[in-house]
Amino acid sequence: MTDAAWIDAALTSARPQAVGALLRYFRDLDTAEEAFQNACLRALKNWPQNGPPRDPAAWLIMVGRNVAIDDIRRSRKQQPLPDDEAISDLDDAEERLAERLDGSHYRDDILRLLFICCHPELPATQQIALALRVVSGLTVKQIARAFIVSEAAMEQRITRAKARVAGAEVPFETPGAVERSERLAAVAAMIYLIFNEGYSASGDTAEIRKPLCEEAIRLARLLLRLFQAEPEIMGLTALLLLQHARSAARFDAEGAVILLDDQDRSLWNQTMIAEGLALIDKAMRHRQSGPYQVQAAIAALHARAERPEDTDWTQIDLLYGALEVMQPSPVVTLNRAVAVSKVRGAEAALQMIEPLASRLSNYFHFFGVRGAFLMQLGRNEEARIAFDRAIALANTSAEAAHIRMHLDRLKRDSAPRDVKAGK
Amino acid sequence: MLYAILCYHDEDTVGSWSKEQDAAVMTKLAVVQDRLAKQGRLGPVARLLPTTAATTLRKDDPPVVIDGPYAETKEQLLGFYVVDCKNLDEALDVARDLAAVNPGGAYEIRPVGVLNPGSIPT
Repeated sequence: MTDAAWIDAALTSARPQAVGALLRYFRDLDTAEEAFQNACLRALKNWPQNGPPRDPAAWLIMVGRNVAIDDIRRSRKQQPLPDDEAISDLDDAEERLAERLDGSHYRDDILRLLFICCHPELPATQQIALALRVVSGLTVKQIARAFIVSEAAMEQRITRAKARVAGAEVPFETPGAVERSERLAAVAAMIYLIFNEGYSASGDTAEIRKPLCEEAIRLARLLLRLFQAEPEIMGLTALLLLQHARSAARFDAEGAVILLDDQDRSLWNQTMIAEGLALIDKAMRHRQSGPYQVQAAIAALHARAERPEDTDWTQIDLLYGALEVMQPSPVVTLNRAVAVSKVRGAEAALQMIEPLASRLSNYFHFFGVRGAFLMQLGRNEEARIAFDRAIALANTSAEAAHIRMHLDRLKRDSAPRDVKAGK
Repeated sequence: MLYAILCYHDEDTVGSWSKEQDAAVMTKLAVVQDRLAKQGRLGPVARLLPTTAATTLRKDDPPVVIDGPYAETKEQLLGFYVVDCKNLDEALDVARDLAAVNPGGAYEIRPVGVLNPGSIPT
């Protein structure tokens, strides 16, 4: 384990716990990050020679803390701490510190670190960028690449987010039960945002943005390991796994979207599906349903269907119905309508989405779905108008390409009539 | 004599490996496994899903189901089963049947990610 890449993985995995503990100690995000950074530099020098410590996080916390204190003292021109050589001999100290890092403590450290990234004043994109920088330790360059913005722009976004967080009250006292569950909900939502940022990528950028999905899954697993009996965190983790399991099948060679029905299901990642299903099983035992669990259950029904025609649309319709009650939103109703179209036909589905028209008048998927229903009903002219509107609202080139495919089909279908009309 | 080799590692670290790093380790392990398999010395090999997917049945009276892996250190690992079940409830039923005739201790129920059944001549 002396190779730099392996040390890198160890540093990444220790990061949330170490930065979280250093943040509790210094009560300042920049100081905590810098202390961790310095500890990492020493790890890169020390670990190849002495071998990695048994508890990398404890080592990093200890060294990071000492270096930072040393810096502070030096800047105050006070007595310095012993030098590097002395610090690197950590055997006893490491053990004592590890003892103090009892489970519940470091649980709240990590939760706090994640939570400060979810500050309600931060717009979603800043929350995600901050979490990826602070918790995941991605470089500004990596994050900029995933968001497809310039490094300078991302640097500015993160700096701004940090300034806002620094100005806000960071809650350092150990949270009570209610507060802890509120923090958990905020953090879960933020992890879901990270995932979606990667998942909603178009075909040409999917590869670049995939690390966001993987990072979100890693954070969800981390959160679940800390809070093992939370059914919604099980649901969230399951949801991310089940969606990400399809990633290899979601785009064609040109980067166009392949819809669920048309995906090559042999490309779905069965190990991820198995993990997702196992987590849903666990969550269901709690009989305490929630939006993530319901969405995961819907994803699971797709995952369980070997062929599209095996999909249990009736059950999916019911689950979306439950989701509508928990989390009423026109988008949920729109998704439900797709299930309804499979169970009760396009006419019923169309009726279901008509009342949403005013609220979703700028929503790409509304017009894509509406067009598809109209096309199924043979109302081709209306379908064409809906698809045209969808293309105008498309967020990615892949979305536009997909709709264009429908339009081409419509044109093909209506071509003979044009000929008859003497065109 | 048959020996079981039980694999322990820091899950956070393994979970932080890149896909390429993970694949590289698996490829190297496969070489070692193949050598044993060719000699007819390799029994079942399993890679378990993360501990977040685990459930524990503490064999109290009555048995108690707890989320997460078996985390105590006062008992020791004495054996394991691999059973084919439709879902977690079915696996828990099997564990309860076992618990009924062998109380005390606990069973950790963990889904298997990859299983190579192996082939030791009997």
